[in-house]
Amino acid sequence: MDIQNYLVVPLAPLVGAIAAGMFGKVLGRTWSHRIAITMVAVAFFQAVRIFQDVMAGHIFDGTVYTWLVSDGATFQVGFLIDRLSATMMLVVTSVSLMVHIYTIGYMSEDPGYQRFFSYISLFTFSMLMLVMANNFMQLFFGWEAVGLVSYLLIGFWFTRPTAIYANLKAFLVNRVGDFGFLLGIGLVLMVFGSLNYGDVFANVAKHVEDIAPIAGMEVNLITAICILLFIGAMGKSAQFPLHVWLPDSMEGPTPISALIHAATMVTAGIFMVARMSPMFELSETALSFIMVIGSITALFMGFLGIIQNDIKRVVAYSTLSQLGYMTVALGASAYSVAIFHLMTHAFFKALLFLGAGSVIMAMHHDQDIRNMGGLRKYMPITWITSLIGSLALIGTPFFSGFYSKDSIIEAVALSHLPVAGFAYFAVVAGVFVTAFYSFRMYFLVFHGEERFGKAHHHDDHAHAAHAAEDDHHDDAHADDDHDDHAHHGLAPGQKPHETPWVVWLPLVLLAIPSVLIGFIAIEPMLFGGYFKDAIFIAEHHEAMHHLKEEFHGPVAMAVHALTTLPFWLALAGVGLAAFFYLKRPDIPAAIQKKFQWIHTLLENKYYFDRFNDWFFAGGARGASTMLWKFGDRTLIDGLIVNGSANLVGKLAYVVRRLQSGYIYHYAFTMVVGVFILLTIRTWFE
Amino acid sequence: MIFGLPVISVAIWLPIIFGILVMATGDDRNAPLARKIALVGGVLGFLVTLPLYTGFDRGTSAMQFVELHGWIARFNIHYHLGVDGISMLFILLNSFFTPIVVLAGWQVIEKRVAQYMSAFLIMSGIVNGVFAALDAVLFYVFWEAMLIPMFIIIGVWGGPNRVYAAVKFFLYTLLGSLLMLVALVYLYNLSGGSFSIQDFHHLPIPMTAQILIFIAFFLAFAVKVPMFPVHTWLPDAHVEAPTGGSVVLAAIMLKVGAYGFLRFSMPIAPDASHKLAGVMIALSLIAVIYIGLVALMQKDMKKLVAYSSISHMGFVTLGFFIFNQYGIEGALLQMISHGFVAGALFLCIGVLYDRVHSREISAYGGVANRMPVFAAFFMLFAMANSGLPGTSAFVGEFMVIMAAIKVNFWYGFAAATTLIFGAAYTLWMYKRVIFGKIANHHVAELTDINARETVILAILAITVLGMGLYPLPFADILHESVSDLLLHLTHSKL
Repeated sequence: MDIQNYLVVPLAPLVGAIAAGMFGKVLGRTWSHRIAITMVAVAFFQAVRIFQDVMAGHIFDGTVYTWLVSDGATFQVGFLIDRLSATMMLVVTSVSLMVHIYTIGYMSEDPGYQRFFSYISLFTFSMLMLVMANNFMQLFFGWEAVGLVSYLLIGFWFTRPTAIYANLKAFLVNRVGDFGFLLGIGLVLMVFGSLNYGDVFANVAKHVEDIAPIAGMEVNLITAICILLFIGAMGKSAQFPLHVWLPDSMEGPTPISALIHAATMVTAGIFMVARMSPMFELSETALSFIMVIGSITALFMGFLGIIQNDIKRVVAYSTLSQLGYMTVALGASAYSVAIFHLMTHAFFKALLFLGAGSVIMAMHHDQDIRNMGGLRKYMPITWITSLIGSLALIGTPFFSGFYSKDSIIEAVALSHLPVAGFAYFAVVAGVFVTAFYSFRMYFLVFHGEERFGKAHHHDDHAHAAHAAEDDHHDDAHADDDHDDHAHHGLAPGQKPHETPWVVWLPLVLLAIPSVLIGFIAIEPMLFGGYFKDAIFIAEHHEAMHHLKEEFHGPVAMAVHALTTLPFWLALAGVGLAAFFYLKRPDIPAAIQKKFQWIHTLLENKYYFDRFNDWFFAGGARGASTMLWKFGDRTLIDGLIVNGSANLVGKLAYVVRRLQSGYIYHYAFTMVVGVFILLTIRTWFE
Repeated sequence: MIFGLPVISVAIWLPIIFGILVMATGDDRNAPLARKIALVGGVLGFLVTLPLYTGFDRGTSAMQFVELHGWIARFNIHYHLGVDGISMLFILLNSFFTPIVVLAGWQVIEKRVAQYMSAFLIMSGIVNGVFAALDAVLFYVFWEAMLIPMFIIIGVWGGPNRVYAAVKFFLYTLLGSLLMLVALVYLYNLSGGSFSIQDFHHLPIPMTAQILIFIAFFLAFAVKVPMFPVHTWLPDAHVEAPTGGSVVLAAIMLKVGAYGFLRFSMPIAPDASHKLAGVMIALSLIAVIYIGLVALMQKDMKKLVAYSSISHMGFVTLGFFIFNQYGIEGALLQMISHGFVAGALFLCIGVLYDRVHSREISAYGGVANRMPVFAAFFMLFAMANSGLPGTSAFVGEFMVIMAAIKVNFWYGFAAATTLIFGAAYTLWMYKRVIFGKIANHHVAELTDINARETVILAILAITVLGMGLYPLPFADILHESVSDLLLHLTHSKL
């Protein structure tokens, strides 16, 4: 295929974005969404074609145009289309297409309808540019561009104080990650003299022993580059401690939570590390670092999911935790497993989010799971698809999530890194936690007593309070539902009902891969040399090798799993959730009372937001005020500039007094002057 | 040659002649005519500079479009003009902004219209002269002449505190440039009676003298850039200046100082430049970080953008004094981009100011509800100010950060903090002004931008995106001249 065939994929959604964004008013709602959806569909079908072509062995690495030339280095916009990028393109375009369709229903009453389509199409374009890049610079372009669209979409309802707080926070936290990322790119350019993947990966082995040119630090070069790049991934993929933005990003409309904050953008960091595998493989330190960060995220963010009552936030914390799993897999050098989990997760998490959105629509924009219950009777399609999503998430054998998650656990068990023990504990314990919070939510929403249609326990004061404290925001808003639609949950006596077909059809279409994709893809993707050209694994990192030896087909794997610890932990999690929330709701309440401090800790999300607000945001504001008032105004302007002006002014005042304008003053001065001069003259003679 | 006339002279004198024509329309009864003549002059002034780009030979670092005529024979002073890769783009940038500021003041300026328009046209010609002058005295004349129109613009059409700001601006920059004159005269004597800047470049100069020369030039140029700690005139001048004044100040005037470093300080005193590079880098990084922080808490939008300008100009001087190709080219691209972005931001603030008559951030909130089109433009420029890839601002910042890392990782580290600070102060301001619920009745009564404003902002938006997505045509111009400059810098002149 030549370059035009590849260009179609990102450019089609861009056309859609421009049409809906700039001509949305002229086109109207229907035509805007028709064009946007058609364009994403074009991208999807073209991605399928490219995928087939790549599977036939045609790898493409070429330039679209030269962006800049300087100092012998050429910066280009170009594509690298191999199995890794082709897979990502499929995931991105297919989920995006589902979300586009879903949006017709979800946003139907929103005045910003065209703007929304424009944003999600623009996002699709940016994300595609990111995954298709053949160089670091374009990667960074896409990286920041998806960040921009994420910012725009989190703040989509820009009149809500919480939304515009969340989007600023998301952008800035991501910028902290990008800061590291850019420095990493800088070191790459400096050492390799090029930013093209091909040039860098071909030469990376020569620099294994190099010391990083960082004054005052004796760090291995590759380690330094990898860790700096990974800091970028920590921002984008919301890894501890840069995870803080993701839960707040739920302020955005649900379709984008599915597309951006679950399926695609947040996985960019995972993709990036997998893409850079030839480099990361050379640094055990960096891999260990990645594994530790991933483990912490996988386990501790899961805990937070347990106490959330906002349906989207539960799913958000589960996303954080699952991203942690992927990161752990990267640390274990099981890049293909990470990408595999990325793919299955994209489908079932998008499904869960869109399912949550469907529930939210049915509940008239009440997101509190304590106000739901028994919804399965009213919305059977949402119920079944959500159940499928949840089963996939917790790793039920034969479901897609099982194959990917179990492979991660196995890979970690086989990893030789010194931190693998902790990581193994975290990912196994995480299974229980995941099962527990997922089914807690599932039971509270779809089963049990119908709690909707009652007067709800939160009020509008929360919003007013937020508006007032806006910039001194703290996170006491964990359980209000930020709704600026007129309706606020179901009225008494009102019943929820199934959402229109544009909403449930994507659920069904996503449910299919959520069940099947793991079963189908595991063998070729993990063990068939699928990524052999895209992902490099060092000889001595044998986890994948052993994993392959232990693998005897997907059925055997699922059957074998029935006897392993993770399966029983998952079952225990589901059982406990059923017992607590269906049979004995008094027990969790009692536990919460007894272990109040734990609950408070979790409710405050380990106090990260508080700390960041106090230390970083407050610190920056304080430093700013001090520097400005003392440095600029008092010292430079007050003392030096105006001070010297005043001095001149005072001197001038004295001198001016002499210029009186009276002849006799001048005559007198002259006489005195002559007298003095003559005196001096005679003196010296 | 345009119609048999030399391009650069036309670029200088055509706007000045139009400026005088506009002034000749007299008082405000003829304001519509004055506006039209001014616009024609501005557009023509830009068009006549285009041959500089199209006819530019990218393969040489020599001066092009050279004009050399005797002027004051007694002191061997010439009317000597020419451009190279370093100066050419700035003439285009300057001429590009003239019609824009004329349009920006179209309806807003109601008093002394002819004088206002003519001040901008005349200044445009003078600034072109600064960038094209190859004779030191000619340069100095243009350099000082440039102050007069700006002084008048701030002092006459400015805000309530305009006189303080205008005088501060004038004295600050005038005092800075006096020592430059001394240095130029010294160089004249040293060279045995030549005021040619290119001759200065080849003079051997002892170290002490180089350092003194460097300091003399530094005072002149650093004030204009402005570098920390001589930056405090800028926020005041911006706040008081009318929108057009702020645009020209940010887009053009600041560039003149930075240009001076490249044309005078570095090639004339290369050894001193190397010796003092540490100080220059330190001052630049202070500008990036300190000023970036100071910008965060500004309550006045114009002040905020003014501080952001200083911070961005810190990138420029940083790029210069790390002495590598990425750095200097990046700095030059940053200068051009900053012209577009800061100019656009001041225009955006002007749009709001014209409607509400306040620059206070707290006077706004929820503007997007009433002005969605404006909000979209403003978002683009705010993102550009945060250095988002795909906008012009990224190009220069990226290259300078890359260059800094090459020299010392920690320089790059310090410079890259702008990724965070720049986004923080710009987007926080954006959030408070544009997002949110409608804050008060002023905002509720806002109307979206009209056709004239849309055209202005759209032109700038296209430019910002165009340069961000395809900076090659800009960077191409620079290579030879920058390589030549770097060559100068590697040869000791002791």
